Formats: sequence, structure tokens, C-alpha cells
Amino acid sequence: MTEASLSVQTEGPATAMLRPRTRAATLLRLARYTAVKLFMLFVAVAIGIYLTILIANMGGYVDQIMRSQIQEQISLTVSMDPELRQLPVEQRQQLIRDMAALEEQRLGLDQPFLLRSFRFLGRTLTLNLGRAQQMTSDSGSRLVKNIILERLPPTLLFMATSNLTLFFTTLFFALYLSRHYGSVADKLVIALAPTSSAPAWFYGLFLILVFAGVLGWLPFGGMIEAPPPEDLLPRVLSLAKHLILPVMAWLISGFFVNVYGQRTFFLIFSMEDYVELARAKGLSSRDIERRYVLRPTLPNIITQFALMLISLWQGAIIIETVFNWPGLGRMLYSAIGRYDSPVIVGSNVIYAYLLAITVFMLDFIYALVDPRVRVGSGGAKA
Amino acid sequence: MSTLKRTFKDIVQYPSAVVGLIIIAFFIVVAVYTVSTIPYSEAIRLWRGGEDVWGDSPRTAQPLWTNWFRRSNLPETIILDTADGTATKTVMPLTETMTDALMEFTFDYPYGGFPQELTIFFTADYQEKPPHADLYWVMPDGAEIRVGDTTVRRAERFRFALDGGDRLMRRLEGLEPQIGLFAADREAEELTALQGTYTLRIEGILFEKDSDFDAKLVVYGQAHGWGGTDLLRRDLMVALLWGTPIALSFGLLAALGTTVTTMIIAAAGVWFGGIVDELIQRITEINMILPFLPILIMVGTFQSQSIWVMLQWIILLSIFGASIKGYRAIFLQIKEAPYIEAARAYGAGNGRIIFLYLIPRIIPVLIPNLVNGIPAFVFLEASLAVLGLGDPVLPTWGKVIEEARHTALYQGQYYWILQPAALLMLTGLAFAMVGFALDRIFNPRLREV
Repeated sequence: MTEASLSVQTEGPATAMLRPRTRAATLLRLARYTAVKLFMLFVAVAIGIYLTILIANMGGYVDQIMRSQIQEQISLTVSMDPELRQLPVEQRQQLIRDMAALEEQRLGLDQPFLLRSFRFLGRTLTLNLGRAQQMTSDSGSRLVKNIILERLPPTLLFMATSNLTLFFTTLFFALYLSRHYGSVADKLVIALAPTSSAPAWFYGLFLILVFAGVLGWLPFGGMIEAPPPEDLLPRVLSLAKHLILPVMAWLISGFFVNVYGQRTFFLIFSMEDYVELARAKGLSSRDIERRYVLRPTLPNIITQFALMLISLWQGAIIIETVFNWPGLGRMLYSAIGRYDSPVIVGSNVIYAYLLAITVFMLDFIYALVDPRVRVGSGGAKA
Repeated sequence: MSTLKRTFKDIVQYPSAVVGLIIIAFFIVVAVYTVSTIPYSEAIRLWRGGEDVWGDSPRTAQPLWTNWFRRSNLPETIILDTADGTATKTVMPLTETMTDALMEFTFDYPYGGFPQELTIFFTADYQEKPPHADLYWVMPDGAEIRVGDTTVRRAERFRFALDGGDRLMRRLEGLEPQIGLFAADREAEELTALQGTYTLRIEGILFEKDSDFDAKLVVYGQAHGWGGTDLLRRDLMVALLWGTPIALSFGLLAALGTTVTTMIIAAAGVWFGGIVDELIQRITEINMILPFLPILIMVGTFQSQSIWVMLQWIILLSIFGASIKGYRAIFLQIKEAPYIEAARAYGAGNGRIIFLYLIPRIIPVLIPNLVNGIPAFVFLEASLAVLGLGDPVLPTWGKVIEEARHTALYQGQYYWILQPAALLMLTGLAFAMVGFALDRIFNPRLREV
């Protein structure tokens, strides 16, 4: 299984026996490990974002973002100033032009791109994402940061629901199938595994067609009824109703291949000698499953969970678009439609950060569950 | 050759893989047929054509195959033209300059349903005074209805529903012309079309000596061609056919480009070791957190939406993909093999060892990965199209889905979205099924479980 190839630095079983250490030393090691990991990821994010800037600048878009911002700001200040408003139009225009030129000089827009790109990188890394050209947040703000922050909770809600549902149903079924190896259900899952080659949004279209279009049971899309119900309970119910189809779409597209993958892992691990021994000793199958099968496969399962998460970060863009779910992905879709470059660059930055956080969490959880992971040896050695 | 034969023999053991291979073969035949019958430039011209290309086909007409699921067939488009002789035109001079032109469009209407629209396209030839035309409709039962009259300019279009106006509607008990002019009983609860022979009579008067005019009656049906039509009257068959070679070549090129480059880099990293290996590892880790789709979206927005540009970027972003780690692990084992040592002893160069000794050993792993990668890229093209970043000129399945998504889902024109979706699904499934079997053939450990 290639999924396992993502696995982080596992050591040979020889070092599995850890020498007794003091708690402080362990903590120190953990802290160092974390710091190194964080630094590596930060470097990766910076490089990723710099690449983004390079791509976005192909049409001189970054410059355009800044110039339009300056223009807007100065026109605003000039038109707000009661003294300057008295000036004739041409003189005022001239003044705006002069001030803009000065401001561009001050911000270094007359300097070479290389220099400026690094300055831009610094600002985006600190999440100073600038102002949107056309889009506004629902609260009326033009700041890209506010627009993104407003769209983050729906995405997180959708992601958490669909990913957890997928993860636990998969785990449950995979365990069931590994116990009933060769049964009809097992064969069915193997036969259906190729259906996962289609992405979730694709199944989403069918679900909309059947459940919203033909049967009319569930809404076509959106997150909540319009107008939203006043009370809490109907509000939650409406939300749940809107969640069903997108979560189902995600579930269908991920279910079979993940069940197949996990079941294969379980089967491989339950063929190990120590499991045979445990069986010979007469341990109950429940104990065997928990202690000898689930535990060693835990890193693999976590990898798969993280891969699900990573693919959902990206898959959510389209599934939100198809279901009109007002999250980050949907925002990105509208930004593409309007060529709103600050928002597009901004969401790229956010995605890079989210991916990095996911990878970091993965590493961290790994260190917690797998004693073979070498903590504090100065970075990765995969 | 013998390995190929053996592999094929192994594949036959998996019925699903055989089905997959048959589907793939079918699609390849379709692709070759399409490219040879509709050239690239012609496909683009057709797909970007407006009323001039598709004026005679109905809007969002169902494909003909839906008739199999209906009790009575949907009406098809009927086109009658005085210019090509499918309608009659008799010219009688009245005076020195004035001429009478009588046109009769007679057609058989065997359907129970109603047409979608009725339009007459006129082309007239005159110096100053345009001809005039009176239109009459004769039902199969002999009833005659006056439709209206029009002045025939050089390229005049008479749409019954619009140009007939309120007067025609009143004559038809308030029904739309395409329904009222065909209804057996205009006051019935449930309207049905009267089957039989209909005639449209145009009594034209030409006011100049050399003046002439022709007319074409189009009775737009509700079913058209085997692919149906979209909102812009385009025959969806063009896109469904042309989507095949595009999907296949895009998927294959992307999968080939990414797996082969990844493998070469992994091999080089392992062979040279040291700093090269370290660098490749670090780049892979950075690549892992690069948001793949958002970057593609940016390229599509800022640079170009051409799928060939996208293809380059996809390959570029996947070179340092996560699969490098898997390949690396295998290469590390191979590197220690005695035959490599032997090769080094006889003085083989780095390139020779990488390409002739290391890489051939990994092909069993490569092939399933390659085949498994194809569906992902076929769907990626569709995903980009759904985000509005489809190729600007080419007709692809994804673009049809994207165009259909906004209307078809809500208005019940399901064929529009189901046809390209089914083709996508079939392609994806076929490659996935074959890849799945190949995975088991080349990795015997999987075969046990």
C-alpha cells in the first residue's frame, strides 16, 4: 500500500525498547522535536507561499493588487478631506496621482520584483493579506483576512462531520470485514473499491439529482434555510438537513477504498506470528483485536486519517462549490469568477497553513502513539 | 514479450479487469473515430458556433435514446425549406412589378406531444421594397388559422410565439402557438397533439420585378440526436465524442508524466545519495504541503486555462509527489544488489546504472501506479472545469457537466448531466479496475488477502 509511504520516520524494532529516561528529559526532547518540526514546516509554508507569489505575479498581479490599494486609499483620503474637496477636479486628480506615486515609491513598488516579492512574502506570512478587490465579507469588510475568517467555520464544520463519519464507519467496517474475511460483504467491498476513483463532488451531483431533483426530500445546497430559523433546535435541524448530502457524497467516494485499505492492513497484521501465539494462548478475539491487531496498525490508520484530511482540504473546494456550501472553497470559486486576486492568493496562503497544521498534527500524534518514532533526534529521516 | 503474454494471462483471471479492458478498448475506438471524422479545428468551430451553426436545432432537447423509456416518442425536429425543394413555391406574376408567391409547407406529424418552438427563417432578395407575407396554418382536420403577417427583410426570422403576438394567442384560446396550433382540442383538460398532415401556407407578395424570397420552416422537436442538445442548441454529441480523446490523452499523459519523472528522481536520489538525496527528501516534504488544487486554480486564473498548460503544471507539481518515498524504499534495496556492484565494477556510468539497471527493476510497481493514476487525472480535468477553469475552446466532458450543473439539475434535463457523468464514470472505473488487478498481479503479497 502506497499510503504507508507517507509514514514518518519509523525506526527498526531494535530501538523499540526505550531506555528509561527522566520525565524532564523526555519533555525536553519532545519540545525540541516539536520546535524542529515546526521550523521545517514553517520553511515549507514560506517556500509554498513564495511559489504562489511567483505564479500570481506572472501577469504582474501582485503589483496590481498593491497599486489598486494605494489608489483606493488615497482617493478615499482626498475625498474625505473637506479642504481638498474644494479643489477643481483636474487639480484633485493631479494631487491623487502625485500622492500615489509617492506612496508607490515609499512602498518600494519602483524597486525590482525580487526585493518586493520577499516583502510581500513577509506580510502574507503574518496573515496581512490585504484588501479584496471586489468581494466583501457578509459583515461588509473588504479585508481578505475577515472574509476568510468568516468562511472558515462552515468549512471546519463540514470537514469535521464528514471526516469523522468517514473515519469511524470505515474503521468499523474494516474490522468487521477482517473478521469475516472472504464473505460476500468482503467481496462486495473489493469489487466496489474502484468506484472511489471518482471524486466526492461527482457523487454529489448524483445525490443532488436524486434526492433534491427527483425526490425533493433534501435541499439542493446551501447551509441553512433562508431565512434562518430563530430558535436553536430548528436551526440545528436545518443545518443537519443541509449537511446530509455533502457528507454522504464524501462518504461514498471515500468509503470503499478506505475500507479495503484498512481491512488489508488488519489482515496482514493479524497474520503475524504473535497474533497466532495469542490465539494459541486462548485469548478472546476481542482482546486479540484490540491489543495485537489494532495497536500496531494505529500509525497506518492515523496516516490514512491524515491523508483523508489532506484530500478533504482540497476536495472541499469543489464539493462546497457544487453544494453551495458557504465555506472557503466556495469563496475561492467566487473569487475565481471575479478575478479577485488578493482573495485567491490569500486563500492559497490559508490552505498552505492548514495543510502544514495537518501535517504537524500528524507528526505529533505519531510521536504519541508509536514508541518506535524517534523523538528528538534532530528532524526527519524517512 | 513473454512477460507481456504472462501478464495478459494473469489479467484474464480477473473478470473485472477484462471488463475494464473492454471498456478502455471501446473508448480508444471512439477516440480514434472522433479524431478522424471531426478534426480538431472543426470540433472547436462547432462547439463555439452560435445560431449560425446550431440555429436549426432545438434548445435542451432530449436525446433520442430517452424514447426507449417512453410510451410515445417525443417529437423530432422537422425542417422544410423552399430552397432545397422540401416545400413548394409557385410564383405568379400579378402586374408589371408585383408578383404573387405561394408557398406550401406540408408535413406529417405523427407525435402525441407538442413541438418546442415554431420559427420561419426568410431570406429575401430585393432592391428597396421588401416582400410581404401572410401566414396561414392548416390543421389535419382542415381547420385554417391565420397566423399573422410579416414584412420579409433580407434575413428575417418569424418566431410564432413572439411575432404572432397576442392576436394569435387569442385565436388559440390563450395557448402558446406551438401548442395551440397542434392541439386536438384546445379546451381539453389534458392537451394532446392532433396527428396527421399539417400545412403552413405562406401567401407572399413581391413588389419588385427581380425580387424573390425563400422560407424555411423549422418545427423544433423535443428530442434531437443521440446526445440531445444544450441551452445554446449545440448538439451534445460533439462534446461527448470529443471529450473521449481529450480525457484519455489528458489522463494518460498526466499519469505517465508524473510517475516516470517521480521514478527517475527517486532513482537518481538513491544512486547519488548524500546531499542530492537529502535535497530531494526536503523538496518532497515541502511539496507535500503545497496546496495542489489552489495552485492549479491560480494558474488557471492568472496564466492560462488551456488544458495543456494545466497538464504541464500538474506534472511539475507532482514530480516530487509522496510516491517518491515508496519508490525510494524499493530503490534502496535494489541498490545493494550484486548485479549493480558488477555493473559498477565493469565501469558503467551513473546514467547507465540509473536507466538500465535501477529503473527497469521497478516497472512492476510503476505500471499499476500508472494505470491507477489515470482516473484521478481524468477526474481532475472535470474538477477544474466544474470550478470554471475548463479549457476555453475545447469541448470536454467536464465542461458539459459544468454548464449543465447550473440549469439541468434544477430543471430536470437530467440527460444533459448524466451522459458526460456516465462517460467519466466508465472511464474512471475501467482504468481503476484494470489497475486494481495489475496491483495484485505485480504485488503478490496483496493476492493473499
